[in-house]
Amino acid sequence: MHSVYLSHNNIVSGYGLDAKDAVENIRNESTGLRSVSDAEILPHPICTSRIDSDVLQNTFMELQPKEAYTRLEQLLILSLKETIKASQLKLTDRVGLIVSTTKGNIDALEPQNPFPESRAYLSRLGEKIRTFFGFQNEAVVLSNACVSGVLALAVAKRFVLQGTYDHVFVAGGDLVTKFILSGFQAFQALSEEPCRPYDKNRTGINIGEVGASVLVTKDKALLAKESVVLLGEASCNDANHISGPSRTGEGLFRSIEAALKQSGLHANEIDCISAHGTATQFNDEMEAIAFNRARLQGTPINSLKGYFGHTLGASGLLETILGMHSLDQNTLFASKGFQELGVSQPLNIIETTTPKQMTTFLKTASGFGGCNTAAIFKKVFL
Amino acid sequence: MKTSYFIQEYCHIQNGAIWRNGESLYSNGETDFKTFIKAAYKTLDLDYSKFFKMDHLSKLAFIASDLLLSSDTEKNTALVLSNRAASLDTDRKHQKSIENENGYYPSPAVFVYTLPNICLGEISIKHQLFSENAFFVFEQFQAAYLHDYASSLLDMGRAEKVLCGWVDMDDEKYDAFLYVVAKNGIFAHSKEKINQLYQTPWQI
Amino acid sequence: MADLKLELKEKIIEQLNLEDMSVDEIGDQDPLFGEGLGLDSIDALELIVMLDKDYGIKLADPKEGRQIFESVETMANYIEQHQTS
Repeated sequence: MHSVYLSHNNIVSGYGLDAKDAVENIRNESTGLRSVSDAEILPHPICTSRIDSDVLQNTFMELQPKEAYTRLEQLLILSLKETIKASQLKLTDRVGLIVSTTKGNIDALEPQNPFPESRAYLSRLGEKIRTFFGFQNEAVVLSNACVSGVLALAVAKRFVLQGTYDHVFVAGGDLVTKFILSGFQAFQALSEEPCRPYDKNRTGINIGEVGASVLVTKDKALLAKESVVLLGEASCNDANHISGPSRTGEGLFRSIEAALKQSGLHANEIDCISAHGTATQFNDEMEAIAFNRARLQGTPINSLKGYFGHTLGASGLLETILGMHSLDQNTLFASKGFQELGVSQPLNIIETTTPKQMTTFLKTASGFGGCNTAAIFKKVFL
Repeated sequence: MKTSYFIQEYCHIQNGAIWRNGESLYSNGETDFKTFIKAAYKTLDLDYSKFFKMDHLSKLAFIASDLLLSSDTEKNTALVLSNRAASLDTDRKHQKSIENENGYYPSPAVFVYTLPNICLGEISIKHQLFSENAFFVFEQFQAAYLHDYASSLLDMGRAEKVLCGWVDMDDEKYDAFLYVVAKNGIFAHSKEKINQLYQTPWQI
Repeated sequence: MADLKLELKEKIIEQLNLEDMSVDEIGDQDPLFGEGLGLDSIDALELIVMLDKDYGIKLADPKEGRQIFESVETMANYIEQHQTS
């Protein structure tokens, strides 16, 4: 069986328009979360990370677009543009496009939004991105709650192994909208402070905004320095509740076990874990239980939500890309916001940026609908 | 050589009628979705009070999947569903609830359904499936991607069977077509056959 | 008080979509969660919204809900004590 790799990549975020900007800030343990007052989004201040609208607009206009694009489309296009350019790939019918998003252009439902309501259809979003670059086949839009970003990588690998495509560009993004914030507010899950995953005093999530993209390929000639091979991936449902995480971590535990089995690695061969860590009481507790069941309680672990907040459909992709850079730089990234363990089971939370020789990492995500995904990556260039 | 797979069973829900394996199971000529799906629930003699809490998309997916899964003992069945409108039918409800400028009270029970994959969770809970889930969104029914993804899950041993299909719910317009891909069955698992079954609920 | 309890039962059935239940089937002291009506965590959040929207009562700490939403009677008592209007 072919190996499938993750290669060229990009992150457009509040830190800047390149993955390097994000990596540099995370190394320095500098959060991108800010308190923002925007009455159009919520009546009280929120804590979020967003891309400056002027920077986004000006940079996007440099591409000389022939029509109007939504904020989310601009984010995704700017990110993909860099990734495609770096890969030097020609977009033949052997190259696919997967867009990972939970809500897409949901702001098109707002009465004051300049775009028609029809722009909120996710296939329309896929089509706008496809035609901008000239991908030859219909985009695959994956909308699977908060696991979308990691699951999109598994889906890309499966399409490559199945022979549907030789290469797939995966792009992920979601916006900070009144739609999303008011919903999480109703769930009593929003924190007004920067979030503190796994911490005793955690008070909930922040929502953030990024556009992220990566090339998934079977072609070894197309690899970037920080490339990884996707060794094992699995996605298991909790079969328990549509919004409450399983109390036994069932789906996440099963996902990790299945991904490990496929990768041929033992739990003790995982060098670090990039977890979901939303900083809600129930999510973090569920993960601690699952990681202990999988005998991963001693493995260095972080949640990167303390830098960006929860970036929804992009988060799994964003955090995987940062995991690639973490391996490449042989550096454990600190789990921002953590001070004192606030879950019932032991975890080895990374408290400060630390050098460490690494070859493998595990990425996990969990979300509404009881979904969980685990993926194991190994560095290509040691 | 690659293993060949089969379509074991299939069903349709559209225009106030339910079909399974080409045979009409239920029809009441009712156009209002809420009335139709409630009548279908009663007729199929399902006893599952959580059904009434679901949004329209989940009700549609739940009834359709029950037609194919309720007598199946296989628990390693992956769920791969797709549609056009994602969860827009419920998204519009949540959006309406937050448009009042003098204060608004969004409903958590509505918001939770503003993700299309919630219906996969509902099916997993009912049938106790701890399996692979994926929800795709396409402009229209896309047999090729569903075919390749289901084959991949079976080839890689990630599932023994795959419940695949289309469940679309958009402002009173609804359309469901589900089928089970397995190692044995009545039709070859091919893109052509999937398209043909999608277009013709009745026996062919 | 009796009126309030009846009103609460009607609202619970209506807003939590308990379509197969009637007000006569909910006793004043029946537990709403777990073994009783079988409500879940989303229903609890929905009840918090109901207190705010219909009775103008905001819960400072959602954990308080556990005691308040024990039964229709505990809910009615809490509303009577905290309603400002």
